[in-house]
Amino acid sequence: MSAHKTALLSALTTALLASASLQAAEPLKAVGAGEGQLDIVAWPGYIERGESDKAYDWVTGFEKETGCKVNVKTAATSDEMVSLMAKGGYDLVTASGDASLRLIVGKRVQPINTALIPNWKTIDPRLKDAPWYVVGQQTYGTPYQWGPNVLMYNTNVFKTAPTSWNVLFEAQNLPDGKPNKGRVQAYDGPIYIADAALYLKSTKPELGIQSPYELTETQYKAVLDLLRAQQPLIHRYWHDTTVQMSDFKNEGVVASSAWPYQVNGLINEKQPIASTIPKEGATGWADTTMLHSEAKHPNCAYKWMDWSLQPKVQGDVAAWFGSLPAVPAACTGSELLGAEGCKTNGFDQFDKIAFWKTPQAEGGKFVPYSRWTQDYIAIMGGR
Amino acid sequence: MSLTQAPMRRFSNLLYRRPNLYLAMLLIPPLIWFGAIYLGSLLTLLWQGFYTFDDFTMAVTPDLTLANFAALFQPSNFDIILRTLSMAIVVSLASAIVAFPIAYYMARYTTGKTKAFFYIAVMMPMWASYIVKAYAWTLLLAKGGVAQWFVQHLGLEPLLQFVLGIPGVGGSTLSTSHLGRFMVFVYIWLPFMILPIQASLERLPPSLLQASADLGAKPRQTFMQVILPLSVPGIAAGSIFTFSLTLGDFIVPQLVGPPGYFVGGMVYAQQGAIGNMPMAAAFTLVPIVLIAVYLSIVKRLGAFDAL
Repeated sequence: MSAHKTALLSALTTALLASASLQAAEPLKAVGAGEGQLDIVAWPGYIERGESDKAYDWVTGFEKETGCKVNVKTAATSDEMVSLMAKGGYDLVTASGDASLRLIVGKRVQPINTALIPNWKTIDPRLKDAPWYVVGQQTYGTPYQWGPNVLMYNTNVFKTAPTSWNVLFEAQNLPDGKPNKGRVQAYDGPIYIADAALYLKSTKPELGIQSPYELTETQYKAVLDLLRAQQPLIHRYWHDTTVQMSDFKNEGVVASSAWPYQVNGLINEKQPIASTIPKEGATGWADTTMLHSEAKHPNCAYKWMDWSLQPKVQGDVAAWFGSLPAVPAACTGSELLGAEGCKTNGFDQFDKIAFWKTPQAEGGKFVPYSRWTQDYIAIMGGR
Repeated sequence: MSLTQAPMRRFSNLLYRRPNLYLAMLLIPPLIWFGAIYLGSLLTLLWQGFYTFDDFTMAVTPDLTLANFAALFQPSNFDIILRTLSMAIVVSLASAIVAFPIAYYMARYTTGKTKAFFYIAVMMPMWASYIVKAYAWTLLLAKGGVAQWFVQHLGLEPLLQFVLGIPGVGGSTLSTSHLGRFMVFVYIWLPFMILPIQASLERLPPSLLQASADLGAKPRQTFMQVILPLSVPGIAAGSIFTFSLTLGDFIVPQLVGPPGYFVGGMVYAQQGAIGNMPMAAAFTLVPIVLIAVYLSIVKRLGAFDAL
């Protein structure tokens, strides 16, 4: 008798467990009590608990309110984020557009139920249904922050802001009468090919480039030719913000693509630096808080996604990181960001930005990201 | 008592009668570690070099192919190999030339406290983090940095511009030139060259030098025909370090020097950026082969007697 009971019980448990794991594959139906813990993969400076500067703390309040203890694992590159998520053991990731599609296609993240996130309706309408996190009408996460890749320049050399990216792409004399050779920088990542494509999109309309992330073979070849011609002009291909800032201070570099982070940093150091978005527009990044497909703490994760969309949190992150909030109300909702913060960081430039996304072949129509990587390596090496 | 002792006693008897079993029990754990975990993972890695990487789906499939190894000989990839190899050779030569006088002085002219001082002075840079040193060099070599200040005040600027203009040596500024990268490499690996040379010179019996002098050799002859040949094993041993460390480095090439990857950076980019593990694995074979060839050369020079 007791043996039968045990068998029955174990069968029931198995069935329950199985149905539970089946449910986990579907978006959550309701947010329950927190699991007491939350593990997030994030860019450095994205999740602050006041340890660097007491004023910048948007974690302690969350922990007090929900009882979810937040653990942050910082990652320095999109690739590191993808590989950490592949390894597993995390609930959320703040993925940029060049990582998000890889995570979705690789089934590392799961769609979310936006009805469970009360603050969802406050999101900037410009970010809703963006292609880097909404795939097949399913929403993979909540927008977190965005920003442009600006043209940073030295105001002693450029008395007026340069109006075109051609100061980086074409050999020429800069306003101070000296050539730009050896005084400009480009980004050390294959995604920079999109910057060159964006430039050609307006300077060579006959190529018919629609999106800088969807290039046909002929368009791609023209873009590579431009980058090959650019290589001799380049002082250094940058990827380290500290090194780039020091190059502008000590190495005589006067113009480069850069993030608002470096611009703000150098201006704070009273350097003669400013930034602009030239007439061709700019590439940019938009980050999304995404939920791991096997998240162990989904309730806490939903609570965080909602929390992260509060105007004050959004504004504080933007002030700390030099980025822009995904919630317009944040522009007036944070003392740290200030009244002008959104404008300074480029809130009105949204339409000029072609946001990063991973180039995909889409059945052989376009040149895929793996080719971008190989060819950009060859170009940096002078081929 | 007897119950608990009996199996133990039988076991010890067994070990005594079969010494090979005893030896096997001692050696098997470390051999498993070395064989399975170290060699096994290395071979698995290299085996992945035969897998196929699909450009469209960006997925790795276990269909065996030689395409990855053939791709190593594509011009842009072969550039990377040549760039790394030539830097490793030049850095080893320069380290040997700089290290020899220091090592010679340490071995022949210092005793007691002075010797300890020299040891500490040579080792001290290794106490600081490698990354800090590499970063510090980017500032030293910068246009507004210390190196340029000296060049300016010595009136050597035209000379520097001339050197920076030489293809294969120069670059747009000192910190983005091949020369700058070369200087950083020599600085960072120098202690690894000094210590083996010093060890080999210390082993050189003074009686040989006296005999050479007695037989009427001039100091230059003694140096060329006695000291240098006998210190070759030490130089070769040191060059194993400088050669292989330069070959595998991927941080210095990122921070200092002109654009263009080294083998290490390429492996990192292939594996990290696009998940092209097969190509990364194929590139891993390059330093393994180069170092194997190099080791077989220096073995003939007697490097392993001086380690």
